[in-house]
Amino acid sequence: MIKLFSLKQQKKEGDQTGRSGAQQKKASAAQLRIQKDINELTLPKTCAMEFPDPDDLLNFKLIICPDEGFYKGGRFVFNFRVGPNYPHEAPKVKCETQVYHPNIDLEGNVCLNILREDWNPVLTISSIVYGLQYLFLEPNPEDPLNKEAADVLQTNRRLFEHNVSKAMRGNFVGETYFECCLK
Amino acid sequence: MSSTMSPASTNSLNSKRWHSMRHILERAGPFCKADFAPSPDNLEFLQNTCKILVIGAGGLGCELLKDLALMGFGDIHVIDMDTIELSNLNRQFLFRRNDIGSSKAECAANFINKRIPTCHVTPHCAKIQDFDESFYQQFHIIVCGLDSIVARRWINGMLISSLRYNEEDGSVDPSSITPMIDGGTEGFKGNARVILPGLTACIECTLDLFPPQVNYPLCTIANTPRLPEHCIEYVKIIQWDKENPFNCSLDGDDPQHIAWVYERALERATQYNITGVTYRLVQGVIKHIIPAVASTNAVIAAACATEVFKLATSCYDSMCNYMNFNDIDGIYTYTYAAEKSENCLACSNIPQVVNIEDPNTTTLEDLIKILCENPRFQMKQPGITTVIDGKNKTLYMSTVKSIEERTRANLTQSLGELGLKDGQQINVADQTSPNTIVLQLKYNGNEVEMD
Repeated sequence: MIKLFSLKQQKKEGDQTGRSGAQQKKASAAQLRIQKDINELTLPKTCAMEFPDPDDLLNFKLIICPDEGFYKGGRFVFNFRVGPNYPHEAPKVKCETQVYHPNIDLEGNVCLNILREDWNPVLTISSIVYGLQYLFLEPNPEDPLNKEAADVLQTNRRLFEHNVSKAMRGNFVGETYFECCLK
Repeated sequence: MSSTMSPASTNSLNSKRWHSMRHILERAGPFCKADFAPSPDNLEFLQNTCKILVIGAGGLGCELLKDLALMGFGDIHVIDMDTIELSNLNRQFLFRRNDIGSSKAECAANFINKRIPTCHVTPHCAKIQDFDESFYQQFHIIVCGLDSIVARRWINGMLISSLRYNEEDGSVDPSSITPMIDGGTEGFKGNARVILPGLTACIECTLDLFPPQVNYPLCTIANTPRLPEHCIEYVKIIQWDKENPFNCSLDGDDPQHIAWVYERALERATQYNITGVTYRLVQGVIKHIIPAVASTNAVIAAACATEVFKLATSCYDSMCNYMNFNDIDGIYTYTYAAEKSENCLACSNIPQVVNIEDPNTTTLEDLIKILCENPRFQMKQPGITTVIDGKNKTLYMSTVKSIEERTRANLTQSLGELGLKDGQQINVADQTSPNTIVLQLKYNGNEVEMD
């Protein structure tokens, strides 16, 4: 730090003549971080990722096809939007497939703690992928977003199972119509 | 006295105005820095040469401009993209009622220029992202009074990307450093810090120190609301998308939007016997407003301005390097040395040079081979991106099928064909390093052939 400013003045004079080539724009820290997250993803075999634009690593889709549990045989698409403040803020994740699920509402909002209140910058895209996959294996009626579905799961597991498979085949469950989402 | 000064100037060193400053700047003392030379030149430098950039002309910005101008700084630039609102006037004292709707940067500059003739403030009503490296390089010191983490990270990245490194030992060339003084306040809490990019902890090194955004569990919001905030969040997150009342996304600055959210939130609160939903709370929750406290801004800005003064004159050591301030109950301050992170994505990511013999015959596949086989790198599955003409470009990534398929064709192209120039920086992620690292391509001899 010694004589920072005297050096600084020299540099400025030199700058105007010497440093002509405009430096290229650098990738942001958020960009570098998401690149790491994505390069290191080891997706479980039930999951796939689609990038509409491979140059844009901040917007992509995750497709989950559970191979066990209530939702076996279904195909569920989640949309990820990673903001410029990643990883300080969690990505915005919405479910694009209509699903009869206690923790996912009909607008596609997902109740997963690490997407909101428990997000933490050490978590990665991989953590969210596993979190979402877990929701299909163990729907959690304690934290409902679709209260009807949660009530059914809590009171009558058989009926819940029946409703899920009905919804996935493309049917009404109660008042709501679910589009077919079988693989 | 300095012979370069015109005697008629209001800046004159003889002016009584600078009496106290001269005590500090023209006398040695036991606490002065080693390179401090007591001299009238110090004040002269402050007044005529030193160029300061203030980012933000809000609560902190107004204080900073006033402090710096009265200290004797003569050349200050200020950037702010916002316009003045009624609710700013209690603490942003450079603005008056008539200024509502005008640019903050311009009004603040006009006020200071009129009131303090020894200082000239140049306003920029723009986003920080509107300016490039050559703009930021003209300043000796940059002071931030920002309310956004994204903006802090951006300016931090800009100052780090301007650093030059000694080719032999990788040390930072001190003449490429632009110090950044960062102030922040939230209600009765605040902090001030001194960042010497490349030398001390930067914004990205200590990203986890920023308070996380308050987020309520979605299921609580949907089913078991207990607080007025839960009701407002419900309308914001769930009801807005469902009913889409104005066919657009929610805008916290549109009074019609706020009014709509307020009515619905009130309905929901009544339904659950919750009290306390008010128009102002709705505004606060939607825009994540934490009430600003004028005295906190004053304290933090004063600490920042003092640091600018110390750096500009070398009259005293800089604060080392992070000060916390809290006056909720009494007054608490604590200053500690935030540590530079070895794995910092921004300031520890010194571009490493990769030598390429001939960019016209070396393909991307060859480059990947170099990264895997060269003992310096020994990578396993490098994923490579770069920035070309300001746009991100994924060159190759083998781990995600949909990206692999669409970037595979790049493998057989030469670096020249891919548009990678001599000196181009590429970003490489690999499991062998904890972060994406930056490499710089260096072409030996052969230039890229033009077609």
